[in-house]
Amino acid sequence: MKAEKPDIAPEQYELFEKPSHQFKMNRRSFFEILGSGIAVTFTLTTGLSKELISPVPEDQVAAWIHVNETGQVTVYTGKAEVGQNIRTSLAQIVAEEFPVSMDKIDMVMGDTALTPYDRGTFGSRSIPYMGPQLRKAAATAREILMDMAAAKWKIERRQLFMENGVIKNTTADQSINIGELTKGEKLLKSINDKVNIKRVDEWKVAGTSIKKVRGESFVTGKHKFVSDMKLPGMLYGKVLRAPSFGASLISVDAKAAKDMNGVTVVHEGDFIGVAAPDLATASKAIKAIKAEWKTTPQPSRTEIFDYIRKHSDKNGSDEGSAGDAANAFTNAEVKIEKTFTIDYIAHAPLEPRAGLAQWANNKLTVWTGTQRPFGVQEDLAEVFNMPKENIRVIQPDTGSGYGGKHTGEAGIEAARLAKAATMPVKIVWTREEEFTWAYFRPAGVIDIKASAGKDGKLTSWEFHNHNSGGSGIETPYEVTNKKIQFHGMDSPLRQGSYRGLAATANVFARECIMNDLARELKQDPLEFRLKNLREQRMKDVLQAAAQKFGWNKKPDANHGYGIACGNEKGSYVATCAEVSIDSSNAIPKLLRVVVAFECGAIINPEHLKNQIQGAVIQGLGGALFERIDFKDGKILNASFSKYRVPRFSDTPELDVVMLNRKDIPSVGAGETPILGIAPAVRNAIDHATGRKMYGLPLDMTT
Amino acid sequence: MVLNINNKQHSVNAGPDESLLMVLRNHLDLTGSKYGCGEGACGACTVLIDGKATRSCITPASSMEGKEITTIEGLEKNGELHPVQTAFLNADVFQCAYCAPGMIMSAVSLLQKNSNPSDQDIVSAMQGNICRCGTYPRIIKAIQEASTV
Repeated sequence: MKAEKPDIAPEQYELFEKPSHQFKMNRRSFFEILGSGIAVTFTLTTGLSKELISPVPEDQVAAWIHVNETGQVTVYTGKAEVGQNIRTSLAQIVAEEFPVSMDKIDMVMGDTALTPYDRGTFGSRSIPYMGPQLRKAAATAREILMDMAAAKWKIERRQLFMENGVIKNTTADQSINIGELTKGEKLLKSINDKVNIKRVDEWKVAGTSIKKVRGESFVTGKHKFVSDMKLPGMLYGKVLRAPSFGASLISVDAKAAKDMNGVTVVHEGDFIGVAAPDLATASKAIKAIKAEWKTTPQPSRTEIFDYIRKHSDKNGSDEGSAGDAANAFTNAEVKIEKTFTIDYIAHAPLEPRAGLAQWANNKLTVWTGTQRPFGVQEDLAEVFNMPKENIRVIQPDTGSGYGGKHTGEAGIEAARLAKAATMPVKIVWTREEEFTWAYFRPAGVIDIKASAGKDGKLTSWEFHNHNSGGSGIETPYEVTNKKIQFHGMDSPLRQGSYRGLAATANVFARECIMNDLARELKQDPLEFRLKNLREQRMKDVLQAAAQKFGWNKKPDANHGYGIACGNEKGSYVATCAEVSIDSSNAIPKLLRVVVAFECGAIINPEHLKNQIQGAVIQGLGGALFERIDFKDGKILNASFSKYRVPRFSDTPELDVVMLNRKDIPSVGAGETPILGIAPAVRNAIDHATGRKMYGLPLDMTT
Repeated sequence: MVLNINNKQHSVNAGPDESLLMVLRNHLDLTGSKYGCGEGACGACTVLIDGKATRSCITPASSMEGKEITTIEGLEKNGELHPVQTAFLNADVFQCAYCAPGMIMSAVSLLQKNSNPSDQDIVSAMQGNICRCGTYPRIIKAIQEASTV
């Protein structure tokens, strides 16, 4: 039997943006699901609407807020909560414009049957894109209710205000709970694009440190992650994995497994899986399957950088060129030419991939931990050749992703097994499977030629990235002669998005070279950067970090300082690090880090600080020790005992400076803060020892 | 076998190779304890055995008869959160919170042995628990807060 679709294509480099779909739901079914009340929707055509509050075309609903007959607010968004605490910050935005207490707001997220289409939760898009939409929708809902109250009391709208779910008349002792206004209504209204929204300096809920929504369900262990879920009659699934990458199946003998009590075996193309009443039996059944595989030669880690150079696109794509970089480099006073290598690393989310699938009446429901529930729905439609409308994907708050859960493998596998077994099936990947069959941050080779004049101004910048990707490849520094290229290739290991995407590689290489040029010029690395930067926001974070760090103070003997900066997706980070060299073994020790970050107006200061600290700590792994080791198509360190991730003792003294730019719209903060730590540490080691390293992870042991 | 979990006797029909974690999660639906690695290297599965933090993923269930097992579900007393749980909430520690139950159980065990731990004591005791979101500074703060209760 031909495989329906053995593999879901990895998203290489970056995700392509698909056109936004519109959600098809008519008004009647809308209120059947939501119950009576009022609903404010936003549609793709909203911006063109001339009317203050226009009726919504029934099939063009793209997202909505619903206020029910008791004044309870439900917000529907396709965004996914994977630990960025977006459930909290989006609710804060709604509460700001629609004054009810936070516990009156329920966020329904990442459910393809209930929420509008969303491309996915990645690229720090939730706050800059979803935030403003929800803000206007909430403000529109507030205005509708105020208008209703004004009509009811036959008074001027401007004599009213709303507070804590109650509308009050300022001129009389008159008030009404919003639930009384919505009772019996079935009002579907479109968002008013021109609605008055609060100025940032008027914020009372947004801009404050509201604690994680549903926090208690996590500290009590009550929250059900997908891996915790159970359905009546549910079976446990296991998949037979190939012995190595690039292997194809020659023959299978699954008789022993099929003969086991209660075991269902599915064999379609290269997919072999089993479902059994308990996990132990499923594991036993998988072990009992005899499979013969044909392997193909695969590169190993020791040769990966040569392999990348050999196989990457020679011509490359232009990512920003001007002037004559080659000529300027030849004639420059100070020049550096270096190659950097970047290893594959794993996201290693603590909750491995998990999926639970149930078929009923030719309809499929899949619960899975993914950053793209709608993407998984599309993948399932393709795998099973069935209309999307018959597939529901639900994403309960998930045990993290960091860009590593854009796919839905476990959900698809569970659905295949559940179909054959005609019972619900759950699959939870083992840690080894997660380390092996998920996707990695791409490895890369980066060639840089850069030059500057004695005056400390850059004169040329030539930058070639092979395989890492294009994020962060542009330089924020002013230079007239530049050539920036990305050279793609087919990666031997499955690769995809990572926190900050390729910027973790590109910013590292760039900031190392900026350091080295400054040292070569005998200039202060901070001053050298400031001299060549044009963006004030980048200068601001650099200066804020340097000031808090005490950059101008001379380090102790055998200590060194390093600095680096970066910007992505509208936010800015600067990181300072101090290392010391223990004379007995000469291995540098990271003592302290200061990070300055700016992402516009801050929505939740404590959660922002948490994201920044977390990004720095996670970034230390890629900076200092994370590296996927592989040989002959096998991962050699597919476990936490062999793949070292940051632990408590790795946490340095860590200070965070947050610049709150109330005049700039808020953007996301999940990614950019990771960018500065690796180059800052590397540059600090250079400062302390004169030793310059050109690879990630930094090899501190040799 | 009969297991004493959270002061309740549970009769379990488990295979000889099944880990305590699998028994808790798959047989008894006590899913607060998490699977993270299966080799005792990440701490997500931490439970208390006779008060001592133990990795349930590498502990055979069959060896647990007659022991006192406490899981995250057993920390609340009379509907009140354990002080460590409250401290973690007050410090607003978590991002994805998948590591939360294991972190809290390790912290409870530490504070039972050492009611006034130094930062270094906390780091040593918690070193086997991984938080991939990197909330370590907040966890340390929460444990310090809990130690003052």
